[in-house]
Amino acid sequence: MNKLSNQRAWWLVVPVVILVAFNALIPLMTVVNYSVQETFGNNQFFWHGVGWFEQVLKSERFHASLLRQLAFTAMILLIEVPLGIAVALCMPRKGPWVSVCLVLMALPLLIPWNVVGAMWNIFALPDIGLLGKMINSLGIDYNFTQQPVAAWATTVLMDVWHWTSLVVLLTYAGLCSIPDAYYQAARIDGASGWAVFRFIQLPKLNRVLTIAILLRFMDSFMIYTEPFVLTGGGPGNTTTFLSIDLVKIALGQFDLGPAAAMSLIYFMVVLLVCWIFYTAMMRNEGQS
Amino acid sequence: MTASFDLQWMAWTGPTIGFFVFVVCSIALMGVWEKFRPGGAPRRGVLGIDTTRGDRLFISYLGSGFIHLAWLGFLGTPLWGAIAVSVIFALAVFRWV
Repeated sequence: MNKLSNQRAWWLVVPVVILVAFNALIPLMTVVNYSVQETFGNNQFFWHGVGWFEQVLKSERFHASLLRQLAFTAMILLIEVPLGIAVALCMPRKGPWVSVCLVLMALPLLIPWNVVGAMWNIFALPDIGLLGKMINSLGIDYNFTQQPVAAWATTVLMDVWHWTSLVVLLTYAGLCSIPDAYYQAARIDGASGWAVFRFIQLPKLNRVLTIAILLRFMDSFMIYTEPFVLTGGGPGNTTTFLSIDLVKIALGQFDLGPAAAMSLIYFMVVLLVCWIFYTAMMRNEGQS
Repeated sequence: MTASFDLQWMAWTGPTIGFFVFVVCSIALMGVWEKFRPGGAPRRGVLGIDTTRGDRLFISYLGSGFIHLAWLGFLGTPLWGAIAVSVIFALAVFRWV
């Protein structure tokens, strides 16, 4: 049998390549160019070598915002993933309530980031917000605009409210795809609810949970709009995460060189984590 | 009307052009390599993961990036040492990963 070799289908990829070039590659190249130069505006640039990278790597401000970012992401994952699994396990698999639950779960995901930030800002205000006023009336001194702990708690709570649904929906989809035969076998063996979860559901959810964790990691690691609208990075710098700090340097101070160097370091960290997750996913797939 | 391709806004410099030319050439070289030895030479190396030549190139790039950052953060300039370590790292990745 003669194998027909036709590579012309590759031309269909050209529009995507052009799109990616314009919205990703060319901006990235420009950032690389900016990261080794200094500018005072007027499109005039002066060679600065790797000085900006050295400055960013040794800057306490960068270390602090990176640490805050990592702490925030760790908190988000530690709360949202178990909570998402728990909610998905409680959701009905059959009957009219399935659609109701799914729609309710999908609602927070449909709200734009800046609206979520504005909503929670008003909701948590200590003098007029429903949440803020209620907490204060319980005798707890709460003011997210002045207290770092309150600002963190509100930011984390807001993210949990907005994004746990994603973990729930992914987990729910994973749970629905487990064949009934597994549960029947577990019933015959007299397995407890915990044993069913530990030895049937959790292994079967392995792949979908890896995707959920990857998505939540990436999203929380690059979070900008919600905390910016909610707290503006404050009080002080306590909720200034990496992307907020980056925008402050690039647009607030117009320090394009350090901002470009910081962006590239940020990008490399994101790339590394993506690669680790991708490798883990491929490994799981190979094993299954 | 004449089309103008003014790339001044991208603030190009000699070293950054060199860097991107190197990246493009190494990817092109992988294409040539694939042409003569098709299949991507998949294997499971010391990391215990399945890798092809492309994966090894990516790991080499990413690792080299972090080697340079670590060198810069702990030892500062010049970066010749970081380049040497990165080359050794890349050779090790292509040999054992």
